Amino acid sequence: MSGHSNYEPKTGIERWLDTRLPVVRLAYDSMIDFPTPKNLNYWWTFGGILAVCLAIQIVTGIVLAMHYVPHVDHAFASVERIMRDVNYGWLIRYMHANGASMFFIAVYIHILRGLYYGSYKAPREVLWILGCVIYLLMMATAFMGYVLPWGQMSFHGAVVITNLFGALPIVGEAITTWLWGGFAVDNPTLNRFFSLHYLLPFMIAGVVGLHIWALHVPGNNNPTGVNVKSKEDTVPFHPYYTVKDGFAIVVFLILFATFVFYNPNALGHADNYIPGNPLVTPAHIVPEWYFLPFYAILRAVPDKLGGVLLMFGAIAVLFVLPWLDTSKVRSMRYRPTAKLYFLIFVVTCLVLGYCGGQLPDDHVIPGLSTFRLFDADLNSFVWLSRIATLYYFAYFLIVLPILGLTETPLPQPESISSPVLSHPANAPAGAAASPEKRG
Amino acid sequence: MADTVAGANPDTHAAGDDPNRRDFIHIAAAAAAGGAVVGLAWPFIDQMNPSGDTLALASVEFDLTKVAEGQQVTIKWRGKPLFIRNRTGAEIAQAVKDDGASMPDPQRDEDRHKPGKAQWLVLVGTCTHLGCVPTFGGGDYGGWFCPCHGSHYDVSGRIRKGPAPKNLQVPEYTFLSDTKVKVG
Amino acid sequence: MLRKGIALAALGLAVLSAPAAYAAGGALPPKHVEFSFEGPFGKFDQAQLQRGYKVYREVCSSCHSMNLMYFRNLGQKGGPFYDAKYPNPNDNPYVKTIAAEYQVKDIDSETGDVIDRPGTSADKFPNPFPNEAAARASNGGALPPDLSVMAKARHHGPQYIYSILTGYKNPPAGLKVSPGQHYNPYMNGDVTAAWSGPHDKVPPGGFIAMAPPLAAGQVTFDDGTKSTIEQQAKDVAAFISWASEPKMEERKAFGMAAMIYLIIFAGLLYASYRRIWRNVAH
Repeated sequence: MSGHSNYEPKTGIERWLDTRLPVVRLAYDSMIDFPTPKNLNYWWTFGGILAVCLAIQIVTGIVLAMHYVPHVDHAFASVERIMRDVNYGWLIRYMHANGASMFFIAVYIHILRGLYYGSYKAPREVLWILGCVIYLLMMATAFMGYVLPWGQMSFHGAVVITNLFGALPIVGEAITTWLWGGFAVDNPTLNRFFSLHYLLPFMIAGVVGLHIWALHVPGNNNPTGVNVKSKEDTVPFHPYYTVKDGFAIVVFLILFATFVFYNPNALGHADNYIPGNPLVTPAHIVPEWYFLPFYAILRAVPDKLGGVLLMFGAIAVLFVLPWLDTSKVRSMRYRPTAKLYFLIFVVTCLVLGYCGGQLPDDHVIPGLSTFRLFDADLNSFVWLSRIATLYYFAYFLIVLPILGLTETPLPQPESISSPVLSHPANAPAGAAASPEKRG
Repeated sequence: MADTVAGANPDTHAAGDDPNRRDFIHIAAAAAAGGAVVGLAWPFIDQMNPSGDTLALASVEFDLTKVAEGQQVTIKWRGKPLFIRNRTGAEIAQAVKDDGASMPDPQRDEDRHKPGKAQWLVLVGTCTHLGCVPTFGGGDYGGWFCPCHGSHYDVSGRIRKGPAPKNLQVPEYTFLSDTKVKVG
Repeated sequence: MLRKGIALAALGLAVLSAPAAYAAGGALPPKHVEFSFEGPFGKFDQAQLQRGYKVYREVCSSCHSMNLMYFRNLGQKGGPFYDAKYPNPNDNPYVKTIAAEYQVKDIDSETGDVIDRPGTSADKFPNPFPNEAAARASNGGALPPDLSVMAKARHHGPQYIYSILTGYKNPPAGLKVSPGQHYNPYMNGDVTAAWSGPHDKVPPGGFIAMAPPLAAGQVTFDDGTKSTIEQQAKDVAAFISWASEPKMEERKAFGMAAMIYLIIFAGLLYASYRRIWRNVAH
């Protein structure tokens, strides 16, 4: 909760600085003294993890930019030069490439946490929307970054995505030419993508600052969804959550390290080690894994403009989520029906991701030909994508609005500290048993 | 945590139970964090050091038969000019004679070439004043003359007159054979 | 909830690592062959790299360039001619000798004419053709791909290279092979258009413009290893793998140190965390 600051400058320099620019006070109030709910579980560590991911990407990125050459004739070779000749270049490059994937793993978990625990609900709507903005900026940054090595996937991925804008009526063609800086994806496109790829992460950092500010006004949500009632419900951020976040970050870094050191190309695509060639299209163009669900939605619609609109719509619907969910109860811990629909939603996202990586006409169940429905066999990935896309939108536009009005939630605890009702599994009639960590 | 009174919060000033006290484990964890930062810092610093392909051009081999007596050949070495001069007998004698003369950076001629190879001077062709390339044979001492601010070098490459503080630098080099040197 | 979440995450990761299915493009999955450099503790076998380099030089380099390779790379740590006595690969006598065997175009600094001079460690591996058009003209319109990163440019790269080189087969009856093309069941591709047999028995693989390049005994190995096609294929696949990732050994060694450090660090932080939270009901 934003409130009175307890910071007392100890030394002369601190006092001098505090009256001129209270940065130490700001740091103290936000990261040391900040009252944080004492019941946060590990799903709450991903904010800190994301901050570390952003820092890693910026530092490795700036260093890579010292050696990378953003010209179509030299880009591919300059990346390989980094891998071979620059001291520790291989480490920095693999950290940056795998760091992007880790960034998205963390952001998806962070978003799912928000969905499950109702962190988007009042009074945190702006916090949620800022998060959606960060997500959009991340996607733009990652897309442009992937183009830079100028491999086959880089090049043809750029062709596909920039061609999407051609679907817009009237202005589409002009916009696409403007994006390209020419008649096709070529050197001007690469150069501007490099410039913007360098710029956007600093925009992300700025919006992250706003995101944390918007968080600190109401304070953190917590697994019960119940507001903080008193000081008793909180602990100071340091050392309780600095150390807990630190532990979670190191565990995350262990996962990161297994990719960087032992399987650095697992999350990429082999075709991107073939230098980009405008005259040869790879057999199966796929975006990076973190874009696969949106790729599936795009291809689910037989119409080009429809696909583009629905794909952007899938992200747009997130922005208005705070107003779609009508439930008065924040946390799905106390919404057993919603929990079920949420679980299906998560599976749907995974299914969409899987479909995005397959050929649309391939059979889902191998060898089984059923009947043709409109433009494809029913047992095809394109139909599975359509069903999954339908549920994706239904979850936000139908399920959440209706469920909030019709469901019967479980009883919520009085407060974070009240031990008995903190967890629905504990029977109210029993003794004050030690709360197990659940849900 | 089974052993707490319901609703208890840590009283950070309770004697003997303060999580902020410097317990060993916290110091160890903080030290490990510091170690990780330092350990990871090195690759990021080292990547700015010359890379493999730059170091590959760090040494160059040169065939001395290309340089006629009394002449000089200039080649590019590590991005800078390198003078390889084939001195005549008279020039060597003059250089040795001037060993005792007063000069800003006194040095004997025999310390500026390889033993038994007084004929060959290998020097970095950058004026030690502000980095211009001195011209061959100019100046009052028959060595080199730097047109930028008027530094005069003698036939041993020593600064004799003008603003340059030091003699022309002798790089690390070896004779691979009588007719081949490796510089760098 | 945590258990459910972890189960979901595991499912997700398993699902997302599945895309191998379509990547093969109708070809047979690559043959099973093991290399010394695989696994977290893998190392390149220097003798194998030397044999592989010889195969590349004597067979492959007449058509395939390796534009990202320099002669000095051969003398680097982990490379075929690394010698601990010469930590700087530019001093390595093998490297200098090999480089000097090639004539490289250069400009005469006095006359400005184009001249030939012996290669040095700083020069690149020579390109068999001056440009793409010449390469295609000499190979029936097909462009022999550059091999510098070939082991990373194909799924299961080392095994793929081995399989292609050892996998040539006579085309089954009913498969029409155009002149200048060759059938290889391990080649990514689709032969349906050239197949006149039953629909459900389309042969796996595709057409490759390269004729079977290896022959038994064609490259004599100086260490006495029997020069079978399989041996040559394995050795050149290892060499190409090294060329694709010369820093692999360094990466795995650094990784071992990093993992140990991180695991200990995580343990310390966990203990610190438990100590701090000892008396808090949460």
